[in-house]
Amino acid sequence: MTTATQRFTDTLIIVVAIALIWQGLAQWVGATALPGPLPTLSYLVHFVPTARFAGNAAATAIAFALALLLAYGIGLAVGIWLGAHRLSGVVGEPILITVYSLPKITLYPVVLLIFGLSLSGKVAFGAMHGILPVALLTMAAIRNIPPVYLKSARTLGLSPWQTIWNVLLPATVPEVVAGLRIGFTVTLLGVLLAEMFASKDGLGFLVINAMTLLQSEEMISIAVMLFVFAAVANALLLWIEHRLRRRV
Amino acid sequence: MSRVGLIRLGVVAAMIGALEAACRSGLIDPRVVIPPSEMAEALVAILASGQINDDIVRTLGVIAVAVAASVVLGFAFGVLIHALPRLRQALDPFFATYYAVPVFIFYPVLIAIFGLSLVPIVLMGVATAIVAMIIATLNGLDRVPRVLTKVAQVHRMGRLATAMRLQLPAAAPYLFTGVKLSVSYGFIAVIAAEFILAPAGLGRDIANAYADFDNRRMYALMLFVLAIATVINAALHALDLSFAKRRGAAP
Repeated sequence: MTTATQRFTDTLIIVVAIALIWQGLAQWVGATALPGPLPTLSYLVHFVPTARFAGNAAATAIAFALALLLAYGIGLAVGIWLGAHRLSGVVGEPILITVYSLPKITLYPVVLLIFGLSLSGKVAFGAMHGILPVALLTMAAIRNIPPVYLKSARTLGLSPWQTIWNVLLPATVPEVVAGLRIGFTVTLLGVLLAEMFASKDGLGFLVINAMTLLQSEEMISIAVMLFVFAAVANALLLWIEHRLRRRV
Repeated sequence: MSRVGLIRLGVVAAMIGALEAACRSGLIDPRVVIPPSEMAEALVAILASGQINDDIVRTLGVIAVAVAASVVLGFAFGVLIHALPRLRQALDPFFATYYAVPVFIFYPVLIAIFGLSLVPIVLMGVATAIVAMIIATLNGLDRVPRVLTKVAQVHRMGRLATAMRLQLPAAAPYLFTGVKLSVSYGFIAVIAAEFILAPAGLGRDIANAYADFDNRRMYALMLFVLAIATVINAALHALDLSFAKRRGAAP
């Protein structure tokens, strides 16, 4: 057996093991609290085509897309500023790191008081999560450019635009993409947390709603689906990141 | 204090001052944000009255239990997985994905299973913190220099002596990073869990104050939670730096 197929089989074995543990747990606590993998899957198959699912998934998708746009835009702008301007970076970095490690959920009521129970509230809260990692990694990427790159650009007589396009961008892109990947993850978490705490629609709202109505199948199937979505998106972004790193 | 530190202090002070001014001048509606000075005032009053003492003990206790369990179990799993290279290779993709998936969406599932008690909150804290400790342990054991194991062989040290006197100290800085992350993640997860749904606790207090439109109380408690988190994170960061310095790795 080659190593690649062996690795694939091993990972598959783990997946099967997780499913078995899940099944065992379901049997132990009872299907009303935790349905097994098969009932969950069959529920998902029936649930996804419904209008209720489509409406709530669309609500989450729209909020997530807008939050991501804001997080990337503001995060990149702040990151470039702090990376390019040395003093701002040294002053700002510890502040950003401190804010990054705070439980931001405590600030959600403030967001609610400002925006009300609306789409903008969800978007703002999601963006709050995403801005920081994007800014921090962009800043690090710019700071880590070896000075010799800039010197060679000057020796070759490149114009500022040529320097940015041919030197700075390729040198920073892999690390920036890593920031965008983490930003993607935490922004999704932010949007879901907002929906779980207070919202009128969205998948996070559906999960909490299903919990209060004791519809465990719906609760688990949405959770599993979000898991798979996030895992696939992360794998895709990781793959892009690796390709970019190899190119440099 | 260094010049940079002074500037940083000035920036933070200016931000708080600007918020204070904006609230006092009516630029920001007091029904939305109250002036920072009033937040501090309200916090002092609440702390002096002792009415949140139970919740402070409860929340910090839950965090401590969750973090302790994560660190001990995470280290044990880390050592075990490190000893089984094939298992580790199979688990690697899961570790790489773990913090990319919203684990928190399983909190309602835990409530459905265990009921609305402390158990789902502790489990949520462990679920969030433990993998950071496992990854840090694997990292630390990977970076134990090969020469140390050879030295142990030359001196005919036993397995236990090698582990305690050579491998553990060599891996310690990485393990401490794991502890640091566990504390930070555990804190966030417990507060968030209380916030979404819990019988009591500081996170729940904030959510209740919000539901009661009690802005003074809400902002005071928010200030308290954020201040505790900042102090804990700063203390761990300072410890981390001093460890690094002792090894001569700090700038």
